[in-house]
Amino acid sequence: MTMENNLNQKHTLSVLVDNEPGVLSRVTGLFSGRGFNIESLCVAETMDPQVSRITLVTRGSEQIVEQITKQLNKLINVIKVIDFTGTEFVEREMALIKVRAEASTRAEILRTVDIFRCKVVDVSLQDYTIEVTGTAGKIEALLTLLSHLGIKEIARTGAIALGRSKKEGPLKREGVKE
Amino acid sequence: MKLSGAEIVVESLIQEGVKFVFGYPGAVITDIYDCLEKRPVRHVLVRHEQGAVHMADGYARASGQVGVCLVTSGPGATNTVTGIASAYMDSIPIVVFTGQVPTELIGNDAFQEVDIVGITRPCTKHNYLVKRVEDLARVIKEAFYLARSGRPGPILVDLPKDVLKAQTEFKYPKKVELKSYRPTYNAHPGQIEKAAALLQKARKPVIYAGGGALASRCSPEIRTLAEALSIPVTSTLMGLGCFPGTHPLSLGMLGMHGTYWANMAVGHCDVLIAVGARFDDRVTGNVERFAPEARIIHIDIDPTSIRKSVNVEVPIVGDCKDALTKLNQRIQQWAAQDWSKMRQPWLETIREWQTSHPLTYRQEGEEIKPQFVVEKIYEVTRGQAIITTEVGQNQMWAAQFYKFDRPHSFITSGGLGVMGYGFPAAIGAQIACPERMVIDIAGDGSIQMNIQEMATAVANNVPVKIAILNNGYLGMVRQVQELFYGKRYAQTALSGNPDFVKLAEAYGAVGLRASRPEEVVPVIKKALSIPRTVIMDFVVCAEECVSPMVPAGAAMTEMLLVS
Repeated sequence: MTMENNLNQKHTLSVLVDNEPGVLSRVTGLFSGRGFNIESLCVAETMDPQVSRITLVTRGSEQIVEQITKQLNKLINVIKVIDFTGTEFVEREMALIKVRAEASTRAEILRTVDIFRCKVVDVSLQDYTIEVTGTAGKIEALLTLLSHLGIKEIARTGAIALGRSKKEGPLKREGVKE
Repeated sequence: MKLSGAEIVVESLIQEGVKFVFGYPGAVITDIYDCLEKRPVRHVLVRHEQGAVHMADGYARASGQVGVCLVTSGPGATNTVTGIASAYMDSIPIVVFTGQVPTELIGNDAFQEVDIVGITRPCTKHNYLVKRVEDLARVIKEAFYLARSGRPGPILVDLPKDVLKAQTEFKYPKKVELKSYRPTYNAHPGQIEKAAALLQKARKPVIYAGGGALASRCSPEIRTLAEALSIPVTSTLMGLGCFPGTHPLSLGMLGMHGTYWANMAVGHCDVLIAVGARFDDRVTGNVERFAPEARIIHIDIDPTSIRKSVNVEVPIVGDCKDALTKLNQRIQQWAAQDWSKMRQPWLETIREWQTSHPLTYRQEGEEIKPQFVVEKIYEVTRGQAIITTEVGQNQMWAAQFYKFDRPHSFITSGGLGVMGYGFPAAIGAQIACPERMVIDIAGDGSIQMNIQEMATAVANNVPVKIAILNNGYLGMVRQVQELFYGKRYAQTALSGNPDFVKLAEAYGAVGLRASRPEEVVPVIKKALSIPRTVIMDFVVCAEECVSPMVPAGAAMTEMLLVS
């Protein structure tokens, strides 16, 4: 009776935690201490200033992710853990990309920006800084297209996510424990 | 009336009903000591902070109360880490108060500053740095509540010096409000139903009880279940005593050095009922081949214990006592059946395993066998003592040859395996239970890891007895070297051991020695007749092995019988 460990599926977890010093360290320490992996992580306050939301992307078999969820719930400062996998949810990442922009390529970059519905947020004679939001796939695609033009620097967030609301029901308030 | 932080700490301890604090003073917590002296809480001054935590741990296990420990900042705090980690692995309720440098100096590499909250985050159930005196009473209330509720564990509260000096109104909270912490005590009736259905069909069931059974105090319910359906019971090291060791249905301990018949029973059972146990690697061996025929029911208050290493068919999250009570009620509704008759073939098979491979050793010649010492301690104390152990061969022999009929009588560092645990834990247990015999079964290696607590025992008139199985080796490692490293005893021979009898005398305690088999019983009897701290130095056979043994990576049914 052993555990099946073959699957290595991506899971996006939303973790509501007490907004207190040291809480992030408890969460990340749990992952490093138990050998779980974190692909990306985003943290910010919710509407309730006493509560923060950590959005965390991890990979593992069903059994590993079950352990991750249980271990997170066991932390005293964790209020709620939601695993979005298998549910309807919206997931977005954001990247700032500084791309070399010479006279010959400026127009092409702007066209690409247009196609991807992103924005140029800083301009110089040598480069554009582009702000893009979307799924990881969209950002990857944009990076591929821009890479042959010469990407100088990028800064990228992890994923943030929210469950899709039932269209008929009232919106759920954030930070409320069910 | 306003109280200082230090006064709030002491008054809160009184509110929590704390009678003993194990600790060691230092610069930043002098305020607390100044208050403690005037109030009815007894402080036990240790000689090393590690000893304080183990004493609090032993006290908690023997009394069922939360153990309390008080130490200073920096090295005082870091010295507690081993004890905290041990209490965490074994789910023991303790609260450790550490001093801290004043808040404005935190992060400044101040004298005796250490980030103890950071250091102990992975080995406490929860911990706190109190930055405002207004939070202090609430934090202490929460600390005690968290320590003893749900799956118990150690809580650390870090107290900066300025917080202890600052004043505020003291009002001890009546209840705790933690929106994110609600342990599940009530077992789900649907799961109980599933478990009952499995049990009804089981032909070869085994109950596997762990430390959680003791924490949940469900010994009577285990016994009811076992006797009702004639189910044999095996315990983990941590669970020993939760089911009477002399009961006909007792299989003794399972696992790496468990009994042959317990491991065989688990290896061949069709339904395994795990009660407050966590399928630790020392119990499962090669996890792929653990209990291959078993459908598993797993009762535990901590959901993370379930499906952590082994797949289970019926998980039951809840207090073991609640779950077993409900299960027993359900079983009573079944049509009457002669379960003991039906169980005969299974119990007979187990008896054959037991007869073919008993726990055994040969006491012959002039040398004392260590197992003989443990057996004689069992006989002389009539199984009524509280036994603590160090870690290694002494621990395994104590677990194998002392039959525990009462719960909370075997106190050992099971998960972390801390050498140096048993003696301070014995002091804590003796303070909790002054009327009982408390004996630390030790090795000559382990006992030296916290030998300084002899002074604590003597100064506080704690009449614990220490039985050193003195083989001049770090025996468990030596055994591994004998069996798997071609008898190359690298660094396991202990030269330079002290004369333990003289050492006892130097501390103002009593030292006794037995070097021949016929001296063993008289030494034990004499030690027990002396109402003082006594070291018994048993000079035992140097190269005795713990048997049986499951080698690393093997299945539990592939035990080595080491002669």
